Amino acid sequence: MTLELRNVTKRVGANLHIKETSLTLETGHFNVLLGETGAGKTSLIKLMAGLDPLASGQILMDGEDVSKLSTQKRNISLVHQFFINYPHMTVFENIASPLKVAGMAKSEIQGRVEEAADILQLRPMLHRRPHELSGGQQQRTALARAIAKESRAVFLDEPLANLDYKLREELRDQLPELFAGRGAVVVYATSEPEEALLLGGKTALMYDGRVTQFGPTAEIYRKPANIIAAGVFSDPPINLGQITKQGSEAVLGDQARWHLSGDAAQLPDGPYTVAIRPNRVLPRRSESASVRLTGRVLVTELSGSESSAHFRFGDDNWVSLSSGVFPFRVGEEHEFFMEPSHCHYFGSDGNRVA
Amino acid sequence: MKTENQRAWFLVLPVLVLVAFNALIPMMTVVNYSVQETFGDNLFFWQGLDWYEQILTSERFHAALGRQFLFTGLILVIEVPLGIAIALSMPRQGFWVPVCLVLMALPMLIPWNVVGAMWNIFTLPDIGLLGYFLNHTLGINYDMTQDPLAAWITIVTMDVWHWTSLVVLLAYAGLVSIPDAYYQAAKIDGASNWAVFRFIQLPKMKTVLTIAILLRFMDSFNIYTEPFVLTGGGPGNSTTLLSIDLVKMALGQFDLGPAAAMSLIYFAITLGVSWLFYTLMTKDDLN
Repeated sequence: MTLELRNVTKRVGANLHIKETSLTLETGHFNVLLGETGAGKTSLIKLMAGLDPLASGQILMDGEDVSKLSTQKRNISLVHQFFINYPHMTVFENIASPLKVAGMAKSEIQGRVEEAADILQLRPMLHRRPHELSGGQQQRTALARAIAKESRAVFLDEPLANLDYKLREELRDQLPELFAGRGAVVVYATSEPEEALLLGGKTALMYDGRVTQFGPTAEIYRKPANIIAAGVFSDPPINLGQITKQGSEAVLGDQARWHLSGDAAQLPDGPYTVAIRPNRVLPRRSESASVRLTGRVLVTELSGSESSAHFRFGDDNWVSLSSGVFPFRVGEEHEFFMEPSHCHYFGSDGNRVA
Repeated sequence: MKTENQRAWFLVLPVLVLVAFNALIPMMTVVNYSVQETFGDNLFFWQGLDWYEQILTSERFHAALGRQFLFTGLILVIEVPLGIAIALSMPRQGFWVPVCLVLMALPMLIPWNVVGAMWNIFTLPDIGLLGYFLNHTLGINYDMTQDPLAAWITIVTMDVWHWTSLVVLLAYAGLVSIPDAYYQAAKIDGASNWAVFRFIQLPKMKTVLTIAILLRFMDSFNIYTEPFVLTGGGPGNSTTLLSIDLVKMALGQFDLGPAAAMSLIYFAITLGVSWLFYTLMTKDDLN
């Protein structure tokens, strides 16, 4: 099963909500749509589901053009951020509803619903109504409906966003297993970079109504294709600075300079943008973290296992994220050390050069 | 230490006084009349349940009750499905929503006696727009002052015109309260339009429709002004509904005792049917 978008756009009034997008999504792994709120993840899902009309372009399922096919006939499932179950039906009836509509035999419906209920541990709740369930159980019911249906494509639109932390982790661990071997193209929208990394598979980075990069999740994380992609796939935000390449050295303001190696060393001299993830800017010097940056600490956040510090560096605000608890003093100058081997370099057009 | 006193009852007192004066005392007067005979001059003779027996066994009452149920049944069968159909076809958003809502509300804003007079003039065979058109242009013999069938068609049409809007507005309110997400979920389930109506829209409208049917039942069962102005209960007695018959008996014949007994029976039937309907409709929700 493949789901292919060819030059699709979506128009609302005079605005293009989805700018020309092409993507080929396959079965066998999660396809994550990663982007901030408003980046167009839900819009794109609605286009693929046929809930909104295309302004132009085509959508193909297994090579067959489904652009003109109504949602009812596409054989798909969608799980929302909000737990959408029919309030007047029991859990059983909710899971069975798409099967019933498809005209499946009663005995087969019974079997499929029970199988899905077992996988999602809903067996004891089959006769309850949605309002008698917790949020997690309601969302599991919605997931069970998607599983029981055996659709060609499953769209999960931030399905865990409204669940509490523990449940979210629990369900997230189960998700890849749930859909493994079912033959459906699974599309998962999220605004959390961490979630994309945990789910693996492939990721499409979305920004302002377009897909800025698509590929295996780990690869995109390692090599963002442009500044925007680097920014989307980073939490806390990635650190950006303007450098000048002079010979084999990068010069960042009058503060820091370091020796370039690899591809970066081959670049012609001139101005570039450097990007480095917060966890590669550390408060202590080490063998790899060798380039010293000095900045005034603005804000610090300590969690049990990590310390982050926002500091003013030149004209930019940078973030350092390190493991362990580090005693920063807000308002004071502090030394940070970055690892030059983890720098990304972008040209003046925003695209990756090294 | 919990102090107990009965002071809270004082808070209920104003309501008790109000209800006593606007409902209980007038009703007890009716009860009083229904078990006595009076010839004026404040002279009363005890009759027991004679009037009740007389009313319950009278053919005149049976006929009026039959007409009443026929009328109420007809308008419910027409107004409820028609109201739902109109509500379903109204736009959910955009410029036309307020336009539709105001147009729908217009008939309900017209006073009842004006509605009766309007339809009377409208349907008179020689001077009414509709009556003249039917009789003289189309050549259909239509005269609601002479023909019982024409009279019935006219009062039912009038009520449908006057009150379908109420069902429309209530059903519409039920429809717009359904979040888009349910429609999307239904589409994704592969549901047809009929399935969407049957399994999403109708269950979601159930509460408002129960209220709509109850209101239309009570209103139409107690209807007086419009048919009185339109047909005056005629031709003959063909459109003499319960309330018209009651007024004839009480004020025309001045049979206060039987009229009082009839009022109470009338009231009991209205209350009983409403209670039964409401209980049946809300039974599922309680379980």
